[in-house]
Amino acid sequence: MNRYSRHIALSEIGQAGQNKLLNAKVLVIGAGGLGCPILQYLAAAGVGNIGIVDFDTIELSNLQRQVLFGSASIGLNKAEAAKTRLQDLNNTISITAYPKKLTHQNSLSLFKNYDIIVDGTDNLFKNYDIIVDGTDNFETRYLINDAAIITNKPVVFGAIYKFEGQVSVFNYKAGPSYRCLFSNQQEKEQSGHCEDLGVLGVLPGIIGSMQANEVLKMILEIGNILSGKLLLYNALNFQSSVIKINKSEEKINKILNEKHAFETKTMSFSCNSETTQISIEEALKKENIQFIDVRETSELPKIEHITITSIPLNDLEKNLEKLDTNKRLIFFCQSGKRSKQAVSILKQLKINNCFSIKETSSEIKKQLENINYER
Amino acid sequence: MTINVKYFGLIAEITACEKETILFTKSNVSEFLELLYKKYPNLENKDFQVAQNQELVTQDALITGNELALLPPFAGG
Repeated sequence: MNRYSRHIALSEIGQAGQNKLLNAKVLVIGAGGLGCPILQYLAAAGVGNIGIVDFDTIELSNLQRQVLFGSASIGLNKAEAAKTRLQDLNNTISITAYPKKLTHQNSLSLFKNYDIIVDGTDNLFKNYDIIVDGTDNFETRYLINDAAIITNKPVVFGAIYKFEGQVSVFNYKAGPSYRCLFSNQQEKEQSGHCEDLGVLGVLPGIIGSMQANEVLKMILEIGNILSGKLLLYNALNFQSSVIKINKSEEKINKILNEKHAFETKTMSFSCNSETTQISIEEALKKENIQFIDVRETSELPKIEHITITSIPLNDLEKNLEKLDTNKRLIFFCQSGKRSKQAVSILKQLKINNCFSIKETSSEIKKQLENINYER
Repeated sequence: MTINVKYFGLIAEITACEKETILFTKSNVSEFLELLYKKYPNLENKDFQVAQNQELVTQDALITGNELALLPPFAGG
């Protein structure tokens, strides 16, 4: 019995198509909500060479949607854990895990064939034909887009927000890029950036599967590719729309003209700044402090026993007068992600005396209750 | 003229609806947005693109169709 007999039975694929899949090289960036279904279907379909980039580790709250992982994977690196699972799913393909952050320095090498030696080992970065964007922040999305323009690789893009998703294929056969769609208006508020927003677990499954479908069609050269179009999908009401995107030569040429400086660039914003993170215990020991809750006002649990200023993250920049900058500003939220972002936003505004509490709001509540009980 | 406007993501949260019909008497997209910002002041500092009749348009585009959509970028994955 052939593993791929259901593919080969399709006249649009056949053995010739299956061989194309076997020879394809696909790099998936992000092994999270989108990355898991993308990887699962690409590996099952027999895509012969798959690279996985992810620096992050698996947390319990990932399991609600990141379907490659189980309880035993908590704490492991996502790229490596995904590789282990996928190799079990299909041991006939080659999978490479890159447990690191994508940067301006490593992306070009990763997309092209630069044969860079990683971390002193003999792992060589391979050549990839198709890049898949399953990341969760704008900065990496623009990095992927720009590196793909420079190395002339197509990008299969997917992004989600609560119950809605977007899918497109950029830089495909000289088609439009992500910058032709959204030009990165950083002066405006870009919602969802590094935030720990809620998401319906199945939504990244739907959007990631659509991305995997685009990858397979591109390799097999069948059907129509979602290039020059943005697909919008709403999981609550089945509404989907397709919006036409026009190519902006000006925006693409700007990237190409600046390509010599690409590898000297650094990420100006990081979702993971460790230095300003403190525990609630450390925070309570500090004097002259202001606690700021950057959750939406409706979010639970409410924190009691300490004085708190409530400013939802989206409103932070409009409410700077509520911050007493003579004090140490200590931010918290539901999981510690939005509070980190609050610190980053204020640092960009040159307000530096800020800290983000590591613990979740439930842990903060528990600790404060214990302290109060002891008193 | 009346314009059917569709909202997505965070934009739909601010307008508290996914679509509505708006009466408009001027000519281009930026004039339409001025009108919309009066109704929804919180939209003004948000990043989004406008599509007219399912095609992305710039702010100086003339309003020729009867459907506009406001699309914010999504970051999540």
